Amino acid sequence: MKKRWISYPYLLWMIIFIIVPLILVLCFSIFISTDNGLQFSLNNYKRFMEPLYLKVLWRSVVLAGISTIICLILGYPVAMILASKQMSKKSFLLFLCILPMWMNFLLRTYAWMTLLEKNGFINKILSFFGIGPFQLLYNNAAVILGMVYNFIPFMILPIYSVMKKIDPSVIEAAEDLGANQITVFKKIIFPLSLPGVFSGISMVFMPAVTTFVIPRLLGGGQFMLIGNLIERQFLLSGDWNFGSAVSIVMMIIILISMAIISKYDKEHEGGQLW
Amino acid sequence: MVKNIISRIYLFIILLFLYAPIVILMIFSFNDSKSRAKWNGFTLKWYESLFSDPDIKKALYYTIIIAILSSIISTIIGTLAAIGIHNMQKWKKIFIMNVTYLPILNPDIVTGISLMILFIFVNLKLGFTTMLLAHITFNIPYVILSVMPKLKQLNKHLYEAALDLGATPLYAFYKVILPEIMPGVITGALLAFTLSLDDFVISFFNTGSGVTNLSITIYSMARRGVEPTINALSTLMFIVVLILLFIVNKRTSKDTN
Amino acid sequence: MAENIIELVNISKTYDSTEVLKNINLYIRKNEFLTLLGPSGCGKTTTLRIIAGFEHPTSGSVLFEGKNVNSLPPYKRKVNTVFQKYALFSHMNVEENIAFGLKIKKLDKKTIKEKVRNVLKLVNLEGYEKRSIDSLSGGQQQRIAIARALVNEPDVLLLDEPLGALDLKLRQDMQVELKRMQKQLGITFIYVTHDQEEALTMSDTIVVMKDGMIQQIGTPEDIYNEPKNAFVADFIGESNIISGIMKKDCLVEFNNAIFKCVDKGFGINQPVDVVIRPEDIEITDKDSGIISGIVESVTFKGVHYEMIIKTDSFSWIVHSTTMHPPKSLVGIKIAPYNIHIMKKVVE
Repeated sequence: MKKRWISYPYLLWMIIFIIVPLILVLCFSIFISTDNGLQFSLNNYKRFMEPLYLKVLWRSVVLAGISTIICLILGYPVAMILASKQMSKKSFLLFLCILPMWMNFLLRTYAWMTLLEKNGFINKILSFFGIGPFQLLYNNAAVILGMVYNFIPFMILPIYSVMKKIDPSVIEAAEDLGANQITVFKKIIFPLSLPGVFSGISMVFMPAVTTFVIPRLLGGGQFMLIGNLIERQFLLSGDWNFGSAVSIVMMIIILISMAIISKYDKEHEGGQLW
Repeated sequence: MVKNIISRIYLFIILLFLYAPIVILMIFSFNDSKSRAKWNGFTLKWYESLFSDPDIKKALYYTIIIAILSSIISTIIGTLAAIGIHNMQKWKKIFIMNVTYLPILNPDIVTGISLMILFIFVNLKLGFTTMLLAHITFNIPYVILSVMPKLKQLNKHLYEAALDLGATPLYAFYKVILPEIMPGVITGALLAFTLSLDDFVISFFNTGSGVTNLSITIYSMARRGVEPTINALSTLMFIVVLILLFIVNKRTSKDTN
Repeated sequence: MAENIIELVNISKTYDSTEVLKNINLYIRKNEFLTLLGPSGCGKTTTLRIIAGFEHPTSGSVLFEGKNVNSLPPYKRKVNTVFQKYALFSHMNVEENIAFGLKIKKLDKKTIKEKVRNVLKLVNLEGYEKRSIDSLSGGQQQRIAIARALVNEPDVLLLDEPLGALDLKLRQDMQVELKRMQKQLGITFIYVTHDQEEALTMSDTIVVMKDGMIQQIGTPEDIYNEPKNAFVADFIGESNIISGIMKKDCLVEFNNAIFKCVDKGFGINQPVDVVIRPEDIEITDKDSGIISGIVESVTFKGVHYEMIIKTDSFSWIVHSTTMHPPKSLVGIKIAPYNIHIMKKVVE
């Protein structure tokens, strides 16, 4: 089978719809139109370095980072429990853990809106005990909650699939050599699960740091993360040049961190999502 | 034994966290009150208003049409691409696969705005066509990634065996190669279909002229506040996704056996 | 002498500037069982693939019954191949696999059924028509692969290490069976293997290859008893290979001693390779041998003992049915006709 030409329609597609658009974004970020036509300028990048925008970047990274850590803390035990051999109906439980991932992202976020609202479900329960109502929506905690809820399956899945591959005889060998359960975990299971942890971290952190839906719906309109900043440049202020510059910065940060993580994660390619 | 019970309790709590919001949403879709807190009796009126809402009907129509078209087109292009790429020399293969990964690795918002810039740049009016093109673009890589492992598993002599037995190259492709990689192709197609149904960010930037999909409709409704018809819509979409996943799962578990 | 069914004339093959076949000339006679034998990377599989039509020679020509078939695609050649890992179509059952080629030839259903049944009988898998490929053992898959090729009644059957994935016992059974099928059907088999025992057991003719060149062509007996060079001698069975000097016709010096031999025509004092099979060495009392040495180790091998005997300049591998204990001093004698003299291979 040496028919390489059958991939040419895709190669053409790839050039037009993947490569060219990214080049256009790059061009918009480094050229500005002046009275004398297009001019090269890094002003859009300089503008991003202003404290106002750096704060947005910082807030995005911090919120996404906290969400990632919470996902790891909550998700790691889940993966470990699912991968342990005693568990019956393992594949069904795993299915349950990743099923919400396939439910419409907006609906999942919306579900929390209805729960956290001023006269929503949680406040009603609290008022039953005579407390509240509280403003549960439109703050950092609500955004973090939304991120954790939406992205935790992305943490569980890769860790699970790495753990499942750990040869049980390795653990038995460690036990045979006198390791107790804590030592087995610290010295054997955890180090072997690291590739899954790394890809879990990247699969949670990446979408969390770039989302603009969660902050918009759970954080309220005034709440700005980097995703909202980009959206705003394109859809409200119409400043494509600045929006492109922010996109390029974000893209570079993400691709670099992906490259670093994939160095630790040679064998495992992002987990099987389907 | 104790450990096992703790494990089960922990798993139960996590699953509760994952499902409680969805279940509550679904329960309140049958609630005869606009409030999310008080139960006023069973009703199907939100479903009725859902089905009589012209905006939602239109969005549903576009969502399905685009999901069907984009999954078919991306499956054809992607499957052929995978076969071609599979037979390329190493460095070309690596380069093309890296570019193919871009739409998957890139934040959706970057893919979304880059395509939008392209469409506006070439003066293509944002609407049905642009949304379809955008969906095909982000679907193809997933098809390629579903087909590739099947090609790698394929005994490389299979094609030669068919030729050896007298098959012409075209006959060998249809009768041997395609059936052997079919599980990957179907998984890819279903995946593309589901991703297309579910997409919000990329569609959001690449549509216009009144063409929307369900995600965009939900977004604009949710921005205005809580609305019980969305609950009804969630319930229906959850059931549809459940059915789709059930089919995909049946398939994948069948070919891992 | 039977006529040649396939001729390879001056075949060379180059991949990205590495030459894998260097000027191969080979004639394959009708109804013979010919084996291409050599270590991995020697070009034997490439030779087979050129005959099948999967590869094209960089230069030279392939003749089928005297006609050049260089540009004939595989699906038009009257040869069929049994692949190394069988290459069975896993989405079809046994019958569909075997019938694949027949359906292309547009035979009618009844004939196809009949032929499938007959060929399954030939490979001892009667009644397996409806079985799925995945439900078969490795040995059974192997038989199906053979059946799928044979059912097309090819003039030549090509087999690319077909037994490589089977365990030893099964492999030995299949060797016998392949030979039986070849005799029964009377078609030409071209067999590729790196297993010298397999080659010796089955072949009418063995072609020993190394580094893209043919080293020797001959019957199994020829190849074993009269290896043309040290490589062949070493590859076919265990051998003691020692450097020597030809004193004159029928007299050779090695291991610091003069031995009588039967080879003539070398120059006086010409350096040569001397090859002696371990079973051709005779152990005597320490004084009645031509040379003497100390038994270093003894290993029981079932039929015989394998002993390493160290002399002043060489360690000999000796097979014998009588055991001499380690550390004992023994003599060594070699009959003249068991000493094989070869030109030194210039590496």
